[in-house]
Amino acid sequence: MLTFIARRCLVMVPTLFAISVVAFLIIQLPPGDYLTTMVTRLEAEGQQVDEAMLAGLRDRYGLGRPVHEQYLAWMSGIVHGDFGQSFEYGTSVSSLIADRLPLSIVLTVSTLLATWLIAFPIGLYSAVRQYSPGDYLATTIGFLGLAVPNFLIALGLMYVMHTVFGYSVGGLFSPEYRDAPWSLAKVGDLAAHLWIPIVVLGTAGTAGLIRILRANVLDEVRKPYVVAARARGVPERRLVFKYPLRVALNPFISTVGWVLPALLSGEVIVASVLNLPTTGPLLLGALRSQDMYLAGSIILIVSVLTVVGTLLSDVLLARLDPRVRLGHR
Amino acid sequence: MSAASAVGDGPLLEIDGLKTQFFTREGTVRAVDGVSLSVPRGATVCVVGESGCGKSVTARSVLGLVDEPGRIVGGRIRWRPAGGDEVDLATLEPTSERMRRIRGGEISMVFQEPMASLSPMHTVGSQLVEAIRLHLPLGRAEARDRAVELLRRVGIPRPEARMEAYSFQLSGGMCQRVMIAIALACDPALLIADEPTTALDVTTQARIIDLLRDLQARSGMSVLFITHDLGVVAEIADEVVVMYLGTVVERGGVDEIFHDPKHPYTRALIGSVPRMGRGSRQRLTTIRGTVPHPSDRPAGCAFHPRCDVAVAGVCDRTDPPDAVVGPARTARCVLYDPVAVSASPPADGSGVTP
Repeated sequence: MLTFIARRCLVMVPTLFAISVVAFLIIQLPPGDYLTTMVTRLEAEGQQVDEAMLAGLRDRYGLGRPVHEQYLAWMSGIVHGDFGQSFEYGTSVSSLIADRLPLSIVLTVSTLLATWLIAFPIGLYSAVRQYSPGDYLATTIGFLGLAVPNFLIALGLMYVMHTVFGYSVGGLFSPEYRDAPWSLAKVGDLAAHLWIPIVVLGTAGTAGLIRILRANVLDEVRKPYVVAARARGVPERRLVFKYPLRVALNPFISTVGWVLPALLSGEVIVASVLNLPTTGPLLLGALRSQDMYLAGSIILIVSVLTVVGTLLSDVLLARLDPRVRLGHR
Repeated sequence: MSAASAVGDGPLLEIDGLKTQFFTREGTVRAVDGVSLSVPRGATVCVVGESGCGKSVTARSVLGLVDEPGRIVGGRIRWRPAGGDEVDLATLEPTSERMRRIRGGEISMVFQEPMASLSPMHTVGSQLVEAIRLHLPLGRAEARDRAVELLRRVGIPRPEARMEAYSFQLSGGMCQRVMIAIALACDPALLIADEPTTALDVTTQARIIDLLRDLQARSGMSVLFITHDLGVVAEIADEVVVMYLGTVVERGGVDEIFHDPKHPYTRALIGSVPRMGRGSRQRLTTIRGTVPHPSDRPAGCAFHPRCDVAVAGVCDRTDPPDAVVGPARTARCVLYDPVAVSASPPADGSGVTP
């Protein structure tokens, strides 16, 4: 088991290197750089651009240097914990991300937990009572949740909450707490706001997981080992939990790895609609203004999370499934 | 082998007119259509027939293990355990506590695919201990000791070490031995073996058959053995039940069936077994045609389109009667029905006994 983890960690090094190169190349892909974007904006506003100032800025940020030098400068900074400067905000990328990442994580983890808590019993019920009215109901709601885009649910929910209950649902905090230091009351305020993005972000995930679990359990319940267990007198309820469910869990566990980064970057549009102070809108803004170090760093962090998440789910899978652990089939 | 312990009246298991049907979208499939057979105490009864003749569904019906959309729609399955009340398993709710206690406790089952019949996520030992503790009031340690002892009894080397093995680490033969150990865990009165050797290679088959015969002789349990292999039948059976398309076509003792088969299908089956030494250049006798799908069974006798002695106007019109052709012997054929025979003499009357 330890050698398995060690081997996987070693493999991660070249993967991460490749990811950093790709992340850097992606943010370099659009023509121009932050300064050209800035110039266009200033000229559109009718302002004069001072060529000398531009040259100074270009020199200071090293934008005129060859790409590989820029990459090396960026990487050597990251190794020392410095993700570079954000052009747009004028502060360090680390502090910007540090500001928003914790809330992103809170939102992600609570959405994941809510998704599992809802999807698990419903999916299991749908499989065990296949073609029952409850199954049809869950299936209908599931497909609706899958088909309706998240941002539309967000808009609909905002509209209903506002017109019917006169309740503003934007953001994660009420105005009076937004800049207040952390306190119990602020946590309570966060919880009161958090459920809306959880509902919005969770619907599609919940629907998908219900379908996956239902299909997996249905695949397993007719396998000979389940019939054999029934034939030796295992009570029905215990049978389902002990045998088919154990095997049906595998795809759940192997997807935990990519649920993390997907939630972190996938909520961009919803977070913009709901005005959430998370990393998603930050990434979107950075990409639009070619704020390259900010955008590159967020992409890099999300990618690292993917790799780490995959490792985590592999380790979990090996723990739970002897076939993976003992290297068979 | 057929030493019957004289407890209770009548055979241990008596299936009478069992009908199990599958209600599919394409129509009703009558997989088992009025099967009657009985398993005496301490005896081995073999059910033989081609694939799809309903022998496995019959076996599964006994333990209420027929999958949706299948259902037992008629008949009785009388179970008479020693020192217990008679139960009709055909009407017993499959999820009831009584049925749960019978499964594995009084009647055990061994399946066709030993590898797939063991959960890949649990050790062999945990599944064996589970079977023991479901029916016997034993603690964890006692159950474990019993499990190791069972593995030793079914001939598994180093049983202590094997307790921690997973099914995919064992060979097919070893897995089947484990399945047999699980089946024997609570000393059942009846063991149903549903083609237990079909998925194994020939040498392993022989060992598993020997093991089953040996265990049967020592424990005195009854065995209902489902197979399509006549060689296996000759080796272990006391009584033979021949099935064709969901019905029993002939019943009798093993010697009678092999030396004096009555039903044309049984004769054809035995005739198609390859024999050593005799006419090696001859073509192997086969039964012409194929088994029809149970959803489109021929009218009258289901075997008549493939039968060499079928009587036109009789076999394709009327259901053949279950004629008694000797003590504990029946054959489902008009050849043995005095009324039908006198009405229209068969083209080939050589097999007819008055």
